[in-house]
Amino acid sequence: MQRRQFLNALAASAGLILPLGPHAWAATMAPGSAAPTGKKLIVVMLRGAVDGLNVVAPVADPEYARLRPNIALAKPGADDGALNLDGYFGLHPALAPLLPLWQQKKLAFVHASGSPDASRSHFDAQDYMESATPGVKSTQDGWMNRLLGALPGEATPTRALSIGPVMPRILSGALPATNLANGAAGTRATPLDRPQIAKAFDALYAGNERFAKVYLDGRQAHEEVMAAANSGSMMAEMQAADNGAPLPNGFPDDAARLATLMRNKPNIQLAFIALGGWDTHANQGAATGQLANRLQPLGVGLATLAQRLGPLFDDTVIVVMSEFGRTARENGNGGTDHGHGNAMWLLGGKVQGGKVAGEWKGLADAQLNEGRDLPVTTDFRRVLAHVAERHLQLNAGALARTFPNLPSGPTLNLV
Amino acid sequence: MRRYAFAPLLVAALTLPQAVLWAAPLAGEQAAVHVLNRAAFGPRPGDIDRVRQIGVQAYIEEQMNPAPLPLALSQRLDKLETLQLSAGEALARFQEARQEKNGERRELVKQMASEAAEARLLRAIESPRQLEEVMVDFWYNHFNVFAGKGQDHVLVASYERDAIRPYVFGSFRQMLGATAHHPAMLFYLDNWVSKAGGLNENYARELMELHTLGVDGGYTQKDVTELARMLTGWTYAPRRGAQFVFDPRRHDNGAKTWLGKPVAARGVNEGEYALDVLAVHPSTARNISRELAQYFVADQPPPALVERMAQTWISSNGDIRSVLRTMFSSQEFLDPQYAGAKYKTPYQFVVSASRASAMPMTEVKPLVGILARLGMPLYGCQTPDGYKNTEAAWLNPDGLSRRISYALSISSGADAAAVQDALGASVSKRTAAIVADSNERLRAGMLLGSPDFMQR
Repeated sequence: MQRRQFLNALAASAGLILPLGPHAWAATMAPGSAAPTGKKLIVVMLRGAVDGLNVVAPVADPEYARLRPNIALAKPGADDGALNLDGYFGLHPALAPLLPLWQQKKLAFVHASGSPDASRSHFDAQDYMESATPGVKSTQDGWMNRLLGALPGEATPTRALSIGPVMPRILSGALPATNLANGAAGTRATPLDRPQIAKAFDALYAGNERFAKVYLDGRQAHEEVMAAANSGSMMAEMQAADNGAPLPNGFPDDAARLATLMRNKPNIQLAFIALGGWDTHANQGAATGQLANRLQPLGVGLATLAQRLGPLFDDTVIVVMSEFGRTARENGNGGTDHGHGNAMWLLGGKVQGGKVAGEWKGLADAQLNEGRDLPVTTDFRRVLAHVAERHLQLNAGALARTFPNLPSGPTLNLV
Repeated sequence: MRRYAFAPLLVAALTLPQAVLWAAPLAGEQAAVHVLNRAAFGPRPGDIDRVRQIGVQAYIEEQMNPAPLPLALSQRLDKLETLQLSAGEALARFQEARQEKNGERRELVKQMASEAAEARLLRAIESPRQLEEVMVDFWYNHFNVFAGKGQDHVLVASYERDAIRPYVFGSFRQMLGATAHHPAMLFYLDNWVSKAGGLNENYARELMELHTLGVDGGYTQKDVTELARMLTGWTYAPRRGAQFVFDPRRHDNGAKTWLGKPVAARGVNEGEYALDVLAVHPSTARNISRELAQYFVADQPPPALVERMAQTWISSNGDIRSVLRTMFSSQEFLDPQYAGAKYKTPYQFVVSASRASAMPMTEVKPLVGILARLGMPLYGCQTPDGYKNTEAAWLNPDGLSRRISYALSISSGADAAAVQDALGASVSKRTAAIVADSNERLRAGMLLGSPDFMQR
């Protein structure tokens, strides 16, 4: 309480209009905004272009095995075969932990989705996916930050949370967002928790035009996260859920921590986490190998996230996306090169799953984009906007601000 | 054709009166602090006085033509055993270790990573050849190779030593060639396995997108594929010295058209021709001049400066020293609006903190650890674009709080007055007053964790 008052005074002395405290943020609320909806969105971004054709593989299409003689997944039922999804598509076997969610119809895919921009540069394509303005490089903010501004309710720094050492483009922008270190370090005490040190640095940063806001956001977010992380229920819950066995390091561990934080800190509404290492130009393997080794912790982590969110999973949609897909043909090195369309994944208690949505044209040469990869038949922004509209209940105006120049297309029914 | 695209910028710069564009340049201690923050990893005790004595431009000239390393430092570097290995020797050890009992390979990789990091950080902190170390940081990122991929675990040290360091002030074409031939790059971007009928586009794409022309430099997907064909057969023999090999049996001898021109079948010379063209292409000149100006001047570098640097690039056939000279001698470089305008990357923050506090580097582990926690593990950037150096990329709540914690942890026992003296005019009056007013034990940590020290 005293800390909060001090931060308030600090902000005031900084000449910043930075309201602090649980209600002060009302000043930054969108006009006419109502109470928060309690709906959550988690975005998992696979940087490096995951090979969607081996994640949700068209195993029943004879072209598939023809194009990928060394890396195609075997049909369901065969040794190391894909996991049957709908008789045509099969799921990569390393994603077995997600199969129950598919069977419960809480997991859906939109295949041949992606960006209308033709770029096969990882860096441009990721940028477009995070700004949601494909082809426009001058956009300053990320769409999750704009979304933050469009959601009803108070914008505190922990309302949007990224796990990772840097602030991703997707969350950058005018509204406060915070990032937490990967692993246990994210919820560990820091020297700034000691009053004498905090006082010294509060004084140093007060009034600094360039850094005071980030400093204060960090202080407040850390305080909130520590309160949530150290609540007796979280500790007990983590221990019970781990059943004595810690999760493997990396994504599963971060996913579990995120779920628990979200349950203990209801104002966390948007979360983001990025995973790298998907750029499989050589020796990507099939049911086992490099790609499988990356997918395995992703599957475990997403299943953990779903489970640990508990009842909150019903109020949550998890989107998994990647900047573009990979070539339909394997290259000369048992890998795949940069492609175009990919599969987006949607998970959530209220997702209308158990289906692979999107217009699918098959893998015949004439159907491939530029003769090499999947055409994009569903713009990624339409999938995101669908989630924002149906799940987060954005109205038309807010939707247009978050996703400018949204293209039209057939209605999706996934949320 | 492309050259004309720059003309409007040039005209604008020439027709505006200079007085409108530039305030009085930085001078005296302010100029010394600025040049030490940009052409060096920040001041060590005594550096500011020295630069004031000889003058900013003389300091830069000295840095661009530096004297040999001090004996004590080079002796210390010589003791790092794996750093002396050639690429072939390192790879041979790596492959032998694979056959041996469990854990041996892991130990080798650990030793090599630790020694490579120790050498890099030791030089960055203690070498008087500071601009060279700054340029190694710049060029290694420009031609990034990720040490976490297979054979590159043991190749990055020789890559930096043989393909980057010798060229940081020299001919861009030579550095481009050295990176293109080095097994670390051939392995990282998969060109070593690319062959006629089994093309791998990875290197060809990044060669144009990242190493030379830039993503908007005017090439198509077809140019990527054609360049990949021209580079087929560029490989190395992992078990025979890891030397570059051109394998004519893997080369695609078909006719090609690249960047609008027919390319006749000329074996290895097709690739060399491509590097010749790319090294002095106006898009390359502009792309890398912009990168340099972003690193050394401002996140949004002044377009007129970038244009002048690009012109120097073209007229000097990509002579890096000439391009740097154009930049460092420009009015923009000493424009007061850019003093402190850059937010330090984690690497710059960590290295400059060691320099300011004049702490001898006894153990590399804590430095390697903080770089990883701040999101910038050494030799650990997975993607070929390397680490960014902008404020937008690095300023975030968690990172700032971690920098503060690190500043406190390394400064216990440091002499705050000496640190403040070393930093000179980069410590604002306000910060100095607050520090003076605080508990003595916290003062050095406050200086290194202050807003003033986050920027350069």
